[in-house]
Amino acid sequence: MDRLKEEMRDTSRGMTPIVKTIVRFVIGIIVIFGAYIVLYGHVTPGGGFAGGVILASAYVLLTLAFGKEMGLSKMSNTGASILDNSGALAFVIIGLLGFTGGYFFLNFLPKGTPFRLFSAGMIPLANVAIGVKVTASVFAIFMALSIFGRFIYQASEGEEPESEE
Amino acid sequence: MEIILLLLMVFMIIGSIIAIETKNLLSSVISVGVVGFSLSIIFLMLGAPDIAITQVVVEILILVVLIRATITTDNTSIEGARDTFPFVSSLIFFGLFLMFAYFAVRELPKFGEPLMRVSGEYLRTGTEKTGATNIVTSVLLDFRAYDTLGEATVLFTSIVGAFVILRRRGRKGKTEIDQEKFGILEDEDIKQNFEGF
Amino acid sequence: MNHYFYFLSLVLLVMGLYCLIAKKNIVKKIIGIVITEYSINLFLILVGYRHGGIAPIFLKGMQHEELVQKGVDPLPQALVLTSIVIGLGTLALMVALCLRMYEKFKTFDMTKINTLKG
Repeated sequence: MDRLKEEMRDTSRGMTPIVKTIVRFVIGIIVIFGAYIVLYGHVTPGGGFAGGVILASAYVLLTLAFGKEMGLSKMSNTGASILDNSGALAFVIIGLLGFTGGYFFLNFLPKGTPFRLFSAGMIPLANVAIGVKVTASVFAIFMALSIFGRFIYQASEGEEPESEE
Repeated sequence: MEIILLLLMVFMIIGSIIAIETKNLLSSVISVGVVGFSLSIIFLMLGAPDIAITQVVVEILILVVLIRATITTDNTSIEGARDTFPFVSSLIFFGLFLMFAYFAVRELPKFGEPLMRVSGEYLRTGTEKTGATNIVTSVLLDFRAYDTLGEATVLFTSIVGAFVILRRRGRKGKTEIDQEKFGILEDEDIKQNFEGF
Repeated sequence: MNHYFYFLSLVLLVMGLYCLIAKKNIVKKIIGIVITEYSINLFLILVGYRHGGIAPIFLKGMQHEELVQKGVDPLPQALVLTSIVIGLGTLALMVALCLRMYEKFKTFDMTKINTLKG
């Protein structure tokens, strides 16, 4: 709790304490909303793409309000790379498993009753894979652009650029 | 209802005229944001709620990427006169294009009565074949899942490409890169490189 | 009156292409590409609209015939959904290239970047 309090009063990075307080309350709601849109993609409007970009925008909000170190501590660069690759691989494996029934991308799991969470075969699993992949991709590109943008500032002022891990 | 649609499209055109012509870069980026938000309202009125959700959030991310990565530099306004040759030739070409487009658009099916030969099958038998009640998701992930695989590949490739461009140094160490003049140059090396050309 | 909607979206396409060709600044060219992508997505959704139509989603207690007769076309909506997210990825690549060019040449003006000699 002390670390959070002194992080909130630290005005050298991130934004003012008003923004930081509101972000602390709101960001849990955004993550739950994004996960709901991904999971219920076959019943209500939404799906993997919409939910994935909502989760990525939660990470972008965290980085903009608290600074780059807080964003990197929640998901590092290698973590984002692992999530991205596993999402894409999971989607291809779901497609290849359709060979057990007949052709590529066959919907082989049993279809339950409509309007429930566990219906429609493998469509919720594919939605989760796509959601994880889109979240990791958008987050990774935002971190790369923000780290690189700082180096442009230093290079144009004539300083020696530091190294990146 | 169609009057509101027409008014929103005229508003989008006026917003994009402002985005193209102003000299301050920050104002034109914000005008692109206005165009995107009115586009998502148009999507909602045309009966596409999935796309309206995605368009709003992607619009905000586009604004953040453009502002964060470009306006932190020192050049925020454009100076200099307009070149005449690209300006005049593009105006002539696009005037001809719009004239032909006016006659070509009349051949499309009437607005509000789509053909729907394949989609009629999807609407009729979608729920019993896949068990999902959202027909758009069942088209995207069951009837046409191959296109979603192509989209995942394109997104993956563009992110990997952006990472390769923004890399600080390769697998070799820093001294070897400076010797081969490859990667990010130091400030005193830039002038030398330009003399060599 | 009816085909004016298609024509207005084509006007937006032409304006985006004009901004891509006739401007000197790189950031303006990127803005032109973004406007062109918006206009293409709008045109695809306009083709699939039906008068008095509802979204193609089953609700509880809705009859089956109502969706068949009044639903809008779901096929262009699926394609446009992937196209919007691909537009975001392409924009990230373009901005990365733009940042590299600024670091090497210190300007955004395309006429001053002329190191390619024939």
